[in-house]
Amino acid sequence: MARITAGVATSHVPAIGAAMDLGKMAEPYWQPLFAGYDWSRQWIAQEKPDVVILVYNDHASAFDMKIIPTFAIGCADRYGICDEGWGPRPVPDVEGHADLAWHIAQSLILDEFDMTIINEMDVDHGLTVPLSLLFGQPEQWPCKVIPLAVNVVTYPPPSGNRCWMLGEAIARAVESFPEDLNVQVWGTGGMSHQLQGPRAGLINAEWDNRFLDLMSNDDGEALRAIPHIEYLRETGSEGIEMVMWLIMRGALGRKVKALHRHYHVPASNTAVGHLVLEPVS
Amino acid sequence: MNFMREVEMSTDIHEYLGQFDDIPGTRVYTAKRARQGYWMNQFAMSLMKAENRKRWKANERAYIDEWPMTEEQRQAILDRDYNRCLDLGGNIYFLAKVFSTDGLSFLQAVGTMTGMSAEDYQAMMIAGGRSPEGVRSIREKR
Repeated sequence: MARITAGVATSHVPAIGAAMDLGKMAEPYWQPLFAGYDWSRQWIAQEKPDVVILVYNDHASAFDMKIIPTFAIGCADRYGICDEGWGPRPVPDVEGHADLAWHIAQSLILDEFDMTIINEMDVDHGLTVPLSLLFGQPEQWPCKVIPLAVNVVTYPPPSGNRCWMLGEAIARAVESFPEDLNVQVWGTGGMSHQLQGPRAGLINAEWDNRFLDLMSNDDGEALRAIPHIEYLRETGSEGIEMVMWLIMRGALGRKVKALHRHYHVPASNTAVGHLVLEPVS
Repeated sequence: MNFMREVEMSTDIHEYLGQFDDIPGTRVYTAKRARQGYWMNQFAMSLMKAENRKRWKANERAYIDEWPMTEEQRQAILDRDYNRCLDLGGNIYFLAKVFSTDGLSFLQAVGTMTGMSAEDYQAMMIAGGRSPEGVRSIREKR
């Protein structure tokens, strides 16, 4: 049977991808950020997940204003890399796991989550930067990826509670897949950042660290009740991306063990947070 | 506290939207803004294609005139006045295609909306960013 063995949370700032692509990782500005991922790279090299369900948001790349799915799951065999305005990132295409993805999509719909299904899509930095952070710069990504795109751009995005419930439903779906697969769920985006208006540049390290605390322990359920307005006020207009972390956290079950934690300010305009969690049965 | 009852309570849409105007220096991308800025954002989106970027760079005015935007919206884009663009329904992830085409990073472009110099804005970020103290709520002055 397929099983969820771990959850990873990480920010997905585009400048991180650019720093890697341009070989700037050792520069004093970037070094402390990347150092916080050293442990995770060693860990994941041993864990060797077969599939990563990667929860992220598209940043006006694959989805424009024509169609705005709240939750969309990628069921393709392969995903190309987006040209976001400066040419596509020089990273490998992303290989999907269509069998598991379709199984999850069907299970979620029967479980009353009305998913949008994606058969063709290019993926942007929201998906590729987390892969780069965890796997470095390989010729080919070492696992298959199921993209799960969440609308956190046009209001209202889904509630934190709904995201958590989707995570729980994903866990049920994975557990009912007959093939023996090591599956991880990643929640990406955040932490505090605001990319617009005179209040741009907002960072709230205290709030972010409280969020990391709650993500890491058995009181994680408290995160479900955080309303959108609190993310907006406390973590900047783009901090709302953290609802996507709750899909990962919901998929792990109530009890978790935190294996690794990293927090660094800034990457470009953003507070970077990173967690590696293990479900405890 | 009965926690689950609290999260399951349905949200009143008017109350939900009404809160957003209380955040200083922030334009939440609501349906109202998304409708107003539809073509401005779709125009920006078109710059994801290399051939469109080439046409835009060759003659910005001619390229933008092809889009059914208001003259105000066109001018805000031509001026790279991103706060004005937000006021007219632009969204930052769409507008990013415009500043990426200009060769600007998010850090450089975002800083232009704060009234700070690029150097001061970057220095603020390196020093830990803008504190939320005093910019959480206009009404509550906190």
